[in-house]
Amino acid sequence: MPEVLIEAVHKSFGPIEVLKGVSLTVEKGEVTALIGRSGSGKSTLLRCVNGLETIQAGRIEIAGHTVSADKAALRALRRDVGIVFQSYNLFPHLSVGANIMLAPRIVKDATRAETRRIAEEVLALVGLSEKFDAYPDELSGGQQQRVAIARSLAMRPRVMLFDEVTSALDPELTGEVLAVMEQLARDGMTMLLVTHEMGFARRVASTTVFMHQGRIHEHGPSRALFERPSTPELAQFIKSDIK
Amino acid sequence: MIFRTFGWSEVWFIVQSAQWTLLLTAMGLVGGGIAGFFLALARVSPAAWLRVAAGTYIQIVQGIPVLMILFLSFYGLGLAGFQLPPIVAAGISMTIYVSGYFGEIWRGSIQAVPKPQWEGSASLAMTRAQQFRYVILPQALRLSLPSTVGFAVQVVKNTSIASLIGFVELARAGQLINNATFQPFRVFMVVAALYFAICYPLSRWSHRLERRLHARSAH
Repeated sequence: MPEVLIEAVHKSFGPIEVLKGVSLTVEKGEVTALIGRSGSGKSTLLRCVNGLETIQAGRIEIAGHTVSADKAALRALRRDVGIVFQSYNLFPHLSVGANIMLAPRIVKDATRAETRRIAEEVLALVGLSEKFDAYPDELSGGQQQRVAIARSLAMRPRVMLFDEVTSALDPELTGEVLAVMEQLARDGMTMLLVTHEMGFARRVASTTVFMHQGRIHEHGPSRALFERPSTPELAQFIKSDIK
Repeated sequence: MIFRTFGWSEVWFIVQSAQWTLLLTAMGLVGGGIAGFFLALARVSPAAWLRVAAGTYIQIVQGIPVLMILFLSFYGLGLAGFQLPPIVAAGISMTIYVSGYFGEIWRGSIQAVPKPQWEGSASLAMTRAQQFRYVILPQALRLSLPSTVGFAVQVVKNTSIASLIGFVELARAGQLINNATFQPFRVFMVVAALYFAICYPLSRWSHRLERRLHARSAH
């Protein structure tokens, strides 16, 4: 049983079909990168996986849960599936520590001491232990994004989703976020990530999926995919990235 | 006819009546605050009928003068057999009036919290109630403070309509003293000065909150 199973998923926004029958599996401990032009449907697919978007047809199973419209089922799923967004989405009125401790405390009913311990642990993991009492607007973009990752990890997810998490960052800040993700991958986290960082996808993801016009256009082991693209669209896409 | 002169005991009478103005304001802000809070929640509810019901109420309250609300609750209910004491009728009227505006001010503040805050909190498996309680309302509260305090200034001044059903607050006290002394300029200067003394600190506070909010959102 794969950790993520996406089967014949269709998704439309009004009359526009964004996903036209996408199927994909991610095994436990595997890192899969979704690449493609903007509008290819990669971010939408990722958002469907944790139920932020509803699908019109197909089936998605993740971390032992089936994505459905049922609110309680969706919450159960989201306890086991973390997501990090391009815009960090930290809670600006809470300190870094409080951002991280909030969900474990109110969603999982963990004790204050327990959540404090978890928060310190995940902050150390992203290298920001000294920022426990800082507020989000006192941090750089890269630091905010690392806090967002830590906040997700504090829920002890089985799968992590990353939606273009470095797209809003300067190149020098991108590196520190990617380093955290690479460490997570090495520690065996199952990850599905939408990214524009071709080098990162190639180096860290075992599998890369190239999406084009709402379909999976090419799919395979990352190294082979980047070295020998078998479709002109992917070849063109990789070339345009090098500039 | 003998006129009283406008002396210290008259001034004292007016000053004392300010407590009724403050009481009416407090009734309006507390009652209207509670009702307005639930109205604002109803306005952003996923249930369409709740949104429409709350929206209709707000439109009606904002579309009629407070005076009509007051007359309806005092004379109207009186005719129907519920003779309310002026303080109760005025308190109810202020509550209705304030709730109609707070409901709308706070709906705007809730909707001004960026949508990604909803997605971020939903993705952490929070229930809708938890999202409101821990993520959305604290931010909405901060956003709403300047306009909430600013509106409180209007409430203070609008309590003067209670004088029209014979309730002796600041404005009515001024009228009574003026009727006895016939020194309108002095009398109403004192009344105006007292309104100003209550409202000015509130206005200043509101402006300060607004500046701080802009300063925070600037970076």
